[in-house]
Amino acid sequence: MGALILRVAKTRALLGRTGFPWRSAAVPNGVEPPPPPARLRADYPTDWARRYPARVVRAALVETVMKPVMWVVASPTRRGTDRLNCIDGPVIFAANHHSHADTPLLLTSIPDPWRHRLVVGAAADYFFATRIGGAVAALAIGAIPIERTRVGRKSADLTRQLIGDGWSLLIFPEGGRSPDGWGQPFRGGAAYLAIRCGVPVVPVHIDGTGRILRKGRLLPRPSRTTITFGDPLLPTEGEHARRFAARLEAAVASLADETATDWWNARQRAHAGTSPGLTGPDIGAWRRIWALDGGNRRDRRRGHNWPDL
Amino acid sequence: MSNGRHLAPRPGFVLDVDRNSPPIVFHHGEGFRLEKLPPGRSRVIYPAEPLEGLADPDGAIRHALDNPLGESEPLRALLFSGMKLTIAFDDISLPLPPMRRPDIRQRVIEAVLDLAAEAGVDDVHLIAALAIHRRMTPDELRHAVGDRVYDAFAPDGRLYNHDAEDPDGMVVLGETPHGEDVQFSRRAAESDLVVYVNINLVAMDGGHKSTATGLSGYKGLRHHHNVHTMSNSRSFMDQENSALHASNWRMGKVLKDAGVKIFQIETTVNNDTFGRTGPMALLQKREWEWSTRDRMQFLAMKAGLDLMPSAAKRKAFSSWQAPYALTSVQAGEIEAVHEVTTANVYKQQLVAVEGQTDILTMGLPYICPYNVNSIMNPILVMCLGLGYFFNLYRGRPLVREGGVLILSHPTPWEFHPVHHPSYIDFFEQVLADTTDPAEIERKYEKQFAEDEWYIHLYRNSYAYHGVHPFYMWYWGAHALDHVARVIVVGGNTPAVRRLGFQPASTLADALEMAGDVVGPQPTITHIKNPPLLMADVT
Repeated sequence: MGALILRVAKTRALLGRTGFPWRSAAVPNGVEPPPPPARLRADYPTDWARRYPARVVRAALVETVMKPVMWVVASPTRRGTDRLNCIDGPVIFAANHHSHADTPLLLTSIPDPWRHRLVVGAAADYFFATRIGGAVAALAIGAIPIERTRVGRKSADLTRQLIGDGWSLLIFPEGGRSPDGWGQPFRGGAAYLAIRCGVPVVPVHIDGTGRILRKGRLLPRPSRTTITFGDPLLPTEGEHARRFAARLEAAVASLADETATDWWNARQRAHAGTSPGLTGPDIGAWRRIWALDGGNRRDRRRGHNWPDL
Repeated sequence: MSNGRHLAPRPGFVLDVDRNSPPIVFHHGEGFRLEKLPPGRSRVIYPAEPLEGLADPDGAIRHALDNPLGESEPLRALLFSGMKLTIAFDDISLPLPPMRRPDIRQRVIEAVLDLAAEAGVDDVHLIAALAIHRRMTPDELRHAVGDRVYDAFAPDGRLYNHDAEDPDGMVVLGETPHGEDVQFSRRAAESDLVVYVNINLVAMDGGHKSTATGLSGYKGLRHHHNVHTMSNSRSFMDQENSALHASNWRMGKVLKDAGVKIFQIETTVNNDTFGRTGPMALLQKREWEWSTRDRMQFLAMKAGLDLMPSAAKRKAFSSWQAPYALTSVQAGEIEAVHEVTTANVYKQQLVAVEGQTDILTMGLPYICPYNVNSIMNPILVMCLGLGYFFNLYRGRPLVREGGVLILSHPTPWEFHPVHHPSYIDFFEQVLADTTDPAEIERKYEKQFAEDEWYIHLYRNSYAYHGVHPFYMWYWGAHALDHVARVIVVGGNTPAVRRLGFQPASTLADALEMAGDVVGPQPTITHIKNPPLLMADVT
């Protein structure tokens, strides 16, 4: 075993030293990077993934692969689906984002009729950087490319068109997975689309996926999760995207509070404006991590469980 | 829409039976019978199709709370930090069958609590206003108020069942001019505000009855749940002519004078009992509109039910949850609210009927208000037929005085030992002696009402109060006065005889037996219920 580890390390070191042409060369500083190849990133065509054959494949994947996997890995508890009963038509699901497990978890948690007519807003620079990656994302999760590193109309136009055609959208307004377990401020994309398309936004809070597969980890570790759907929100008259995004973030924060305590306490704090924020306290990094774990710190221990004396 | 043509819901109507009329489906407990009624002299009253539900129920609830009726301020103006708030709500007896999630009570209570949270109210109690009904189980409470409210309030005991026998929890607030004690929940009486959340399934529900009955106990209830009141309510579904309601309204005034502040929220639902699709949908269709599929489905269902043991049938039917839709919600001062509520109930349920009949037939379904998740015992069969269904009229009873009532129900000699312990003794002991309501009231009521064991079971188990079977019997007192004979088709013969009724194997036999009372060639009316209807008899 030790010899194997040593050999792997030596090979990696050799490759690292070898570099180009074994590896692609990085763009030097100060040099304008070449334009991305056509039909990648935001230009990646995904319409084929919304045609009937691809939808059948995706539905089969969701129901026969993702669902059992999520059941084993995430043991999900789903709350608040009754809040969606009064909605008719397409909606935007806006959730906090901790892990790659979030998307399959939501794809298997969002109830019908939205589940099988849903597109997922995925980072164009990450999921659609290569043709194969884009194809897998578009087919498996119904991903559509969303620009997060630059301003572009292409993503917004595509999304508006899809919502107009009756598709619902799942989007993570934080723009990426949490780097440290705490949430990040919500960007205005979901709010902007809701205002432009006149559709409700359903705030969703996911708890526990950070323990399964947090950013930077390769292998999942089973843990319990809770998905809480909130009351659909509609932009009020004259409300601009930034303010609506803040309201959305507050709604998700209140759902997080509801998961941690109960609905009544969460509502009381929400009205008093004292719901704990998603982004955590503005303190040093280690203290943020310390504060994040709170009472769950003992759960992280593996192996020995010392009795409480 | 059950007519399948996407038109506006059709109103109820009266079908005159002729030779071309198909056999009519009769409910028969956890089963059905197809009965051919004599042509030329029979008629069938069909209920209206379900009205469309409100498009935005939550929005309608919020609007009702902000725009109260009568002399009441909006709910948010009545809430303040530091106050004592009690939210009382209807128990498991409403609606019937239990409705699919989210229950209306959940929607309303969440809206109320949201306003309370906004106002900074901390001291909130939620009480299932069940008077002397059985306590609701945790699962039933959770279904009624929803997971969010249940998880927030039940664990620390702020969501609970009303206990009418708690000596410290009940208080007498006064007496009406008629000498009626007004007994009330102490917590509600001492609250700065009581919010009552009601589901008005039939015209009898709601109004002052919600609080004056729901949060009361035997000491208060005995003044209107008695033979005299029930015999003088023509009917108890018609508040204008109901002694039961007059008593409750008097008690409501005493509550108000005693300083109990009540904000009433009343809701109505359509009569979409069996859904527009699914296995039970055909029960909401008129027989001649059944498709081939409906017919095959009915035959298969009937064959299956005939083979199933009764416990399995009961379980299958108990699992049905109605897809009721909210048709109205109003809030504010009790009487102003209830006037609108009643109009909305009538809008769905009233069917105009001309003239009375010699024989009234009814197929009794598997459920009544007192056997949810339980057994429909013979006393409840009597209560549903002679109490509820007989009284679903306005104006005059559907059957003439001295006429005959024919019920269709298996009437099993079976009782739920946990839910209905006093019913067993009532059936074995009291009905073996007499079936006369007045005599029963005089000889036996007090003994059962004050029985320590029944009280213990009511408070600590899931039993109806010891006096409850008496009230069920009184519920049918008006019908017993009015009709000359009651015949039960397909019932358990000893059980039917114990009730004082006559058993018959078939409807044809029952009609022949009825002929002895009402003469040859009698007129027959069948009330096709549920889905619920109320006859407006002129």
